[in-house]
Amino acid sequence: MRHVRHLYIHLPFCAHRCGYCDFVTVVGRKGRHGEYVDALLAELALEGDVLAMHVETVFLGGGTPTFTNASELSRLLDALPACDELTVEANPETVTPELALLLRVGGVTRVSLGAQSFRPHLLRVLERGAGPDDVRRAVHTLRDAGFDNISLDLLYGIPGESPADLAADLADALSLEPEHLSCYELEAKPGTRFTHAHGEALAAQAEALEGHFETVVDTLTAAGYRWYETANFCREAARAGGRDLRARHNLGYWHGSDYLGIGMGAVSTLAGVRRRNAPGLGRYVDALAAGAAPPREVETLDPRTRERERLLLGLRLDEPLPLAGVARVLDRAALERLRAGGLVEVAANGHGEELRLTRRGRFLGGGVTAELTLVS
Amino acid sequence: MQQDRLRNFAIIAHIDHGKSTLADRILELTGALSEREMREQVLDSMELERERGITIKAQAVRVRWRGHHLNLIDTPGHVDFTYEVSRSLQACEGALLLVDAAQGIEAQTLANAYLALDLNLDIVPVVNKIDLPQADPDAAAAELAELLGDDPERVLRISAKTGEGVEDVLDALVERVPAPTGDPEGPPRALVFDSSYDQYRGVVAFVRVVDGRFEPRETVRAMAQGTIFEAEELGVMSPAREPVESLGAGEVGYVVTGLKDVSRLRVGDTLTSRRRPATRPLPGYQDVKPMVFAGIFPTDSDEYPELRDALEKLKLSDASLSYEPETSHALGFGFRCGFLGLLHMEIVRERLEREFDLDLLITAPNVAYRATTRSGEEVEVHNPAEMPRELEQVEEPYVKASVIVPKDYVGAVMELANDRRGSFDHLEYLSEERVLLSYELPLGEIVLDFYDQLKSRTRGYASFDYDLAGFRPGDLTRVDILVGGEQVDALSLIIHRDAAYDRGRQLVERLRQEIPRQMFDVPVQAAIGSRVIARETIKARRKDVLAKCYGGDITRKRKLLEKQKKGKKRMKQVGGVEVPQEAFLAVLNLDSERKR
Repeated sequence: MRHVRHLYIHLPFCAHRCGYCDFVTVVGRKGRHGEYVDALLAELALEGDVLAMHVETVFLGGGTPTFTNASELSRLLDALPACDELTVEANPETVTPELALLLRVGGVTRVSLGAQSFRPHLLRVLERGAGPDDVRRAVHTLRDAGFDNISLDLLYGIPGESPADLAADLADALSLEPEHLSCYELEAKPGTRFTHAHGEALAAQAEALEGHFETVVDTLTAAGYRWYETANFCREAARAGGRDLRARHNLGYWHGSDYLGIGMGAVSTLAGVRRRNAPGLGRYVDALAAGAAPPREVETLDPRTRERERLLLGLRLDEPLPLAGVARVLDRAALERLRAGGLVEVAANGHGEELRLTRRGRFLGGGVTAELTLVS
Repeated sequence: MQQDRLRNFAIIAHIDHGKSTLADRILELTGALSEREMREQVLDSMELERERGITIKAQAVRVRWRGHHLNLIDTPGHVDFTYEVSRSLQACEGALLLVDAAQGIEAQTLANAYLALDLNLDIVPVVNKIDLPQADPDAAAAELAELLGDDPERVLRISAKTGEGVEDVLDALVERVPAPTGDPEGPPRALVFDSSYDQYRGVVAFVRVVDGRFEPRETVRAMAQGTIFEAEELGVMSPAREPVESLGAGEVGYVVTGLKDVSRLRVGDTLTSRRRPATRPLPGYQDVKPMVFAGIFPTDSDEYPELRDALEKLKLSDASLSYEPETSHALGFGFRCGFLGLLHMEIVRERLEREFDLDLLITAPNVAYRATTRSGEEVEVHNPAEMPRELEQVEEPYVKASVIVPKDYVGAVMELANDRRGSFDHLEYLSEERVLLSYELPLGEIVLDFYDQLKSRTRGYASFDYDLAGFRPGDLTRVDILVGGEQVDALSLIIHRDAAYDRGRQLVERLRQEIPRQMFDVPVQAAIGSRVIARETIKARRKDVLAKCYGGDITRKRKLLEKQKKGKKRMKQVGGVEVPQEAFLAVLNLDSERKR
């Protein structure tokens, strides 16, 4: 089954684990980058036969992929299949002219920069290594190297963040004219070091977060960005020479396409089976060194579960969702209530009915989705 | 045993004044129990009673003292059980009136003392806890002497805890309490003063034989209810059940009836023998009617069958409990239960939760109303949501309430009683320091939070008792609560017109706080008929999204939303609004919140 068009590669290494982070990361272990890349390539060789002849997108996520030893990163990039969109996540402080060049030569077409904020006091709360000037310099460095598709990650809802801080962050980000912006509300996971340290401040600002989300959407759409996914914005095609600047790799997830994930903790969804590689570095490397697949959790997605996911993911986008694909899990009574309340619209076209969230519906997308979903 | 060798007595005391300790000491001193056998406070056998320090169900114990048989008949100690107390007292010729040397007479003691005097019992006054440092036995003795018109010298002074003076109490019982005087040869008559349910042997009745003699295996008839059964076993409690060959005039004991339902043998009924039936029952039988009602619903609607079974079982041992199925739009299937009073309701709730492990939602209690519709039809209403809207008149139950307080708090009590539509009856000095205030009050005002308010406004010094005093018309109105434009039946209430506006506003405000914001604006209203008297709006949420969702997150995010949706399923849908059960609970507990 050579059909998979999206490939994700996980590079877990980081200089420091930020307090709020809940990704699979590895701090230190500088000496193990080489054997980890060996393992990645081994897993790719083992699993790669599911990949289509024409792979559309590859995404190197982390961790901090650009923290990986340059030679190892380069070796990995060289081994990747050709594709239309190759994204690498980068932390601003790792972006040097040499790295930018290495990425260009390696075929990278898109860089996603973890800026998070431009306010020094907020960056300190987040324990980020970069300062505001690092972010600006990184963008300029990438531009100089010829990158024409840069995305910035911003966080809001950081303890101590005022509405003025957020407005200034958005203005600073816009002044760099990124092609793409991802804006996430800070999720404080229970039990993390961060929540422990900032729990009270987070609880106190819960109400203010409603306004923050509105500010983000209002500011970015007014600046000519398309709010194409709950947390993602790209420059409108009309203002980008007709280019569709949405993240193609991520659109694959949101459209429910299959994807292959390589690396420790990486998740794949292949023909209704989702599997997650175990998160430990040692176990991952050892298994592949022995020529075996890494330990995995496997989840079989029955047809109704797949429909529920289609609903959950589809409603995050600004495109209409065909009802035919979610008919079995759609709570029709809830749909009627939500339509009467002005949160969703149903329109018919040649292929059947389509569901679309109104603007207010998108702000309540999580609640609307929960309401619309039939659970057994 | 000859009647002149029998003494039947009860102990009248306020909670914590030492009744159970004295009973223990008597059992010990008379050798009814060795010390090793002594269980703390034998008479209070239910777990709940021990914890709450109250006696719910009366029982009787026979002890021997200097050639006499003394029967101690225990009485329930709370206002809700006045009728049962009166039946226990009727089974006696005398009573110990036990008062804490530090506390003096309390309202409840007084009420029961009057009950005993009305039944012509001879009263032996006893001051207890004289060993306490703060005891003032002289003052307590003076109060008792004043009350009974007795000589303060005749008031016994004891410490049930140390045993000091307890022998004198036993001697005084023999000397001062008259022997029974029934007709030992007449047709048998016995007063049922209590019953309990034994899962193997059915209903066990506790009786005082007044005339004649009962024997095992004979056919017995309960004269008021007409129930007929065979006396499977007769016996006395000493304090374990001890079968006997017969129970004769003046004696106190138990009858194993084999009946499967306590409601077939009510307290106060007269037993007679079918072989030689009495013509007239003993006086005083009443069919006690519940006065306080509340809806009981399972928190988890799947537990409805368990709740039904639990109530059925509870009813076997509690004849005063009544219930009928009720369907609430907001709370689902449950039961409307009738109780003697608030404490009775508390006891039932706790037993349901503790003995049957149920999670319950209980609506605010209300009283029984008698409504006359415009068409002249009369109905008794136990549920505010069923109160007809087109009314000619509503009558509500009133009580005669006695409050005893230190004189400094008279103003506070008067203020509270006035707030609660009380009408002043009289004031009486019990001593220089303590005052008895007597009021007539609507029972509906008491079931809300009167007792809690009284306690807090008098720093816990007030004691309180009441007696039903019949139905009177009142300017009452029904207030409905609407959420999202839909009436929430479980929150309807009947209230005096003057208080309707405030109460409506409080409820609506509280609901606004308790109902989480929804995806739409939700109006919350209080209304009398179609007229809205209070309104609040729960503003819609402005944001509810999962921050991010990529390939690695999908399973977790999907589970999150499924959980969110399942959570919604557990909430009660009212007018398209999901109302968590906690919101109902909070509103139902408005009164207990207010007092804090």
